[in-house]
Amino acid sequence: MQTTTPPEGLRRVAIDPVSRVEGHGKVTLLLDDDNRVQQARLHIVEFRGFEAFIVGRPYWEVPVMVQRLCGICPVSHHLAASKALDVALGVAGAVPPTAQAMRRLMHHGQILQSHALHFFHLASPDLLFGFDSEVARRNILGVAAAYPEVARQGVLLRKYGQEIIRLTAGKRVHGTGSIPGGVNRRLAAAERDELARELPRIVDWCEQSVELALRLQAQDPGMVERFAALRSAWLSIVAPDGALDLYDGALRVRDAAGRTLFDGVDAQDYLGLLEEETRPWTYLKFPYLRALGPEEGWYRVGPLARLQTCDRIPTPRAEAQRQRWLADGPVQATLAYHSARMIEMLHAAEAIGELLRDDALLDGELAAPLPASRPARREGVGVIEAPRGTLIHHYTIGDDDLVSACDLIVSTTHNNRAMNESVLAVARETFDGRELSEPMLNRIEVAIRAYDPCLSCATHALGSMPLELALVGADGSLRDRLLRHGDGRLERFGR
Amino acid sequence: MKPPPWLVLGVGNASRGDDALGPLLLERLRDAGVEAAGDVELLEDFQLQLEHALDLRDRLGVLFVDAARPGHADGASLSPIDADAAIVPASHGLRPQAVLHVARRIDGKVPPAWLLAIEGVEFGLGVVPSAAARRHLEDAVVLARGWLQARRLGAAA
Repeated sequence: MQTTTPPEGLRRVAIDPVSRVEGHGKVTLLLDDDNRVQQARLHIVEFRGFEAFIVGRPYWEVPVMVQRLCGICPVSHHLAASKALDVALGVAGAVPPTAQAMRRLMHHGQILQSHALHFFHLASPDLLFGFDSEVARRNILGVAAAYPEVARQGVLLRKYGQEIIRLTAGKRVHGTGSIPGGVNRRLAAAERDELARELPRIVDWCEQSVELALRLQAQDPGMVERFAALRSAWLSIVAPDGALDLYDGALRVRDAAGRTLFDGVDAQDYLGLLEEETRPWTYLKFPYLRALGPEEGWYRVGPLARLQTCDRIPTPRAEAQRQRWLADGPVQATLAYHSARMIEMLHAAEAIGELLRDDALLDGELAAPLPASRPARREGVGVIEAPRGTLIHHYTIGDDDLVSACDLIVSTTHNNRAMNESVLAVARETFDGRELSEPMLNRIEVAIRAYDPCLSCATHALGSMPLELALVGADGSLRDRLLRHGDGRLERFGR
Repeated sequence: MKPPPWLVLGVGNASRGDDALGPLLLERLRDAGVEAAGDVELLEDFQLQLEHALDLRDRLGVLFVDAARPGHADGASLSPIDADAAIVPASHGLRPQAVLHVARRIDGKVPPAWLLAIEGVEFGLGVVPSAAARRHLEDAVVLARGWLQARRLGAAA
């Protein structure tokens, strides 16, 4: 049981905020009288107000407005909202092939650019330079200096994904391409041909990225296995035949040993599968499998989960890499999120190639007409596999065409318990019982970053503080405070 | 085809209070018709990312426009900036100096760049821009138009 105030005999160590994750987080470690870490709390303050932001808006505005929830994966919100409204309006089964192809193309462009951003910008500095290399070097600028070709490929992969988004959504940001019932644009033949012309190089770079991630992982397999170690179940959607499908499917859960616990769960029935609990110290809820309860029913989502909930990847080069990745059985290593992410990026590039060969992108109906008679209850759920994991949008529309109820479960929420467990594992291994240290902080950040959490969707305004650590005693007094400035300088206060 | 020589890159989320200052400034410039001459591009995004380094290619000058936390802009401030590897990326987003650094690493050169920082107060989701931020925006519009005029005069000379 975790409470608002530290249990008697425990004192708090706070780390605030976590750098190089989206938005701001704060980590509090609760110590017992023997200075052993008993609990880890990852506080997330930026998820406030999502539902309130949506409720009361006309339903047709929602796919555009939800993009403003997140600066990193707006396309995933755009598509999940569209899918939920397809259901609510009674047209989910009538979305035309052109719309399906355009949405899938947009989604795989988003997967490709987001995974490229995370690996090349956020993860590769840790992996290439080591967790304890100097902060001023351990970032994308350091990668650009030491590995210019890696950095260049990362930028161009991002650019390619962004170009797909621009062409399918209409704009680089605030796209309007997907609407309830379909889309509002097709691809021009010249646009399709240009994307196709560039694709072979993109697929090759993605494959090289898989090799790089696996090579880095193989440098110290023991460390990778032990770091932030935990065993969890996995959740994602999969296609009807069990294949990986990032855009649509039914929910499947497998346990840590790879056994299927739940399968074929219709996305509309997600509330029968999942339940969320709240804790007073964080705005972020803790979802769990209803049948197993909160202590046994937590799970992980995202690339590491998806490669293990599916039976196969339906594109050949990515599936070959997945088989190699799974050669020794189920993979629980938290750091293996990075190589899984690169295998998914390769799949996204291959899937883009298949979609570009589909003439439905160029011709056909754009959207399903709304039914002549309005459904008695307009409610729908849209589930999509966003870059960071399963994303659920659930809306009810009132008689006045305004959204009357809204529930969102974002990927980072699904991974909430797992991130806390990973931080706890790292803290127990690295805390010396006396004071905060930079190596400890580095490792906690690396553990959180593996999940690629979107801690918010927050602002990035100039002047935001990169990193702060604080040590708070059981009496509430500040015992120690460590500040990492934007230029990498460390300052210690309060001792 | 070469892009317009001048780029104004406004950053921010229009639905997060004063974080909208970057997009709002672009809107003001657009309404004033600054794009009509075809020599300036107004580009908006939520955050600065790696690929923005490619948007700097073939430019004669770039103006980054972003909201700033209290105490980091003194209302509205315009200053030249350069590529800086010491500006550590703290999130998925990059600072303008870091974008310049990535661009220099990729292309070997970067155009002259300036940062127009506009001080904000309130950054919550669904919050409208604050009165103070709107006052700072007026000052920033003057600075941005002055920046563009100076570039045009310099090019004509």
